[in-house]
Amino acid sequence: MIRKSFLLAVVVVMAAASTSLLAQNVSSGLRGDTPLNEEGPAALMTPQRNSSERETRNYPEQPPVIPHTTEGYQIDVNGNKCLSCHARARTTESKAPMVSITHFMDRDGQFLASVSPRRYFCTQCHVPQHTAKPPVGNDFTDIDSVLSHVAPGGRR
Amino acid sequence: MTAIDPSAPRRSLLARAWQFIKDLWQVLLRPSSVFGLGALVLAGFVAGIVFWGGFNTVLEATNTEKFCTGCHEMRDNVFAELKPTIHFSNRSGVRASCPDCHVPHNWTDKIARKMQASKEVWGHLFGSIDTPDKFRENRLELAMHEWSRFKANDSLECRNCHSAASMDITKQSPRASVAHQRYLFTGEKTCIDCHKGIAHHLPDMRGVPGWQ
Repeated sequence: MIRKSFLLAVVVVMAAASTSLLAQNVSSGLRGDTPLNEEGPAALMTPQRNSSERETRNYPEQPPVIPHTTEGYQIDVNGNKCLSCHARARTTESKAPMVSITHFMDRDGQFLASVSPRRYFCTQCHVPQHTAKPPVGNDFTDIDSVLSHVAPGGRR
Repeated sequence: MTAIDPSAPRRSLLARAWQFIKDLWQVLLRPSSVFGLGALVLAGFVAGIVFWGGFNTVLEATNTEKFCTGCHEMRDNVFAELKPTIHFSNRSGVRASCPDCHVPHNWTDKIARKMQASKEVWGHLFGSIDTPDKFRENRLELAMHEWSRFKANDSLECRNCHSAASMDITKQSPRASVAHQRYLFTGEKTCIDCHKGIAHHLPDMRGVPGWQ
């Protein structure tokens, strides 16, 4: 009898816990106010930023982001639309920044005559930017700020 | 038994045909003894309207997207590729159909292009690009035909809608505005020089100027 009522109590507690969990509103930046057991409305698609102005890298190794739209750009075995402006020989006409010379290196550090196959697919690292409001905050600190904090007055 | 010359009936058929042509020529040369001149002129006029109207109707019927995509070569390859591009789907719903870009609008050029297109009918009948592999193989050559036509007529089919005079460069992205002022407005380049592969996928671009 005791065993039976204990079991009942467990069931009641679990049911209560699960419903309260289901009904709970976890307000996170990504989910918004949507309850956890529901799927919220899809966020609006935002257009690609198209200012054409170079953006500062957030850290030295960051692949530079693309400051223009790349919609419909074909990058495959047949051709690479990016290279029709950013290739070495095209930059005089296009005034676009040249593909970094590091992109001509194979994985053994040997320089090739043209862009290395492993660096051919630009958008694997370089991405266009959207005019979206970031849904979550970011407390990333730039290395220059860290350096100036460690050694005020700066150091080289 | 008399020998039957196997060529005899053939020769007589030819001879009869020749006789018919000669007779017809005589009828055409002689003035009519039955119909009045007015009736003949009127009949000729009406027949002219019917023939010309019929010709133009058929010509226009072959100048529609429905006709172009009637063959699977067009429907499954180039038309499918067009659909996600801005010339098919965009914010305002104004769109280009096949002949807008691939058939010149003025009459003589249109007829010239239509005569060239008879080779495409041949290609369809004999299946020159009836598989994806064959299409891929011929893709560069086919694209070259279009590029050279655009290059030769200064991208006329683009300019039927996109007029340089009506371009508001302040509404363009800085990149586009600079490029158009430097190369398009000066006449140094024409649309197709930079805008290849905007409506269909590109063929193997190695060796094409401006491409790697």
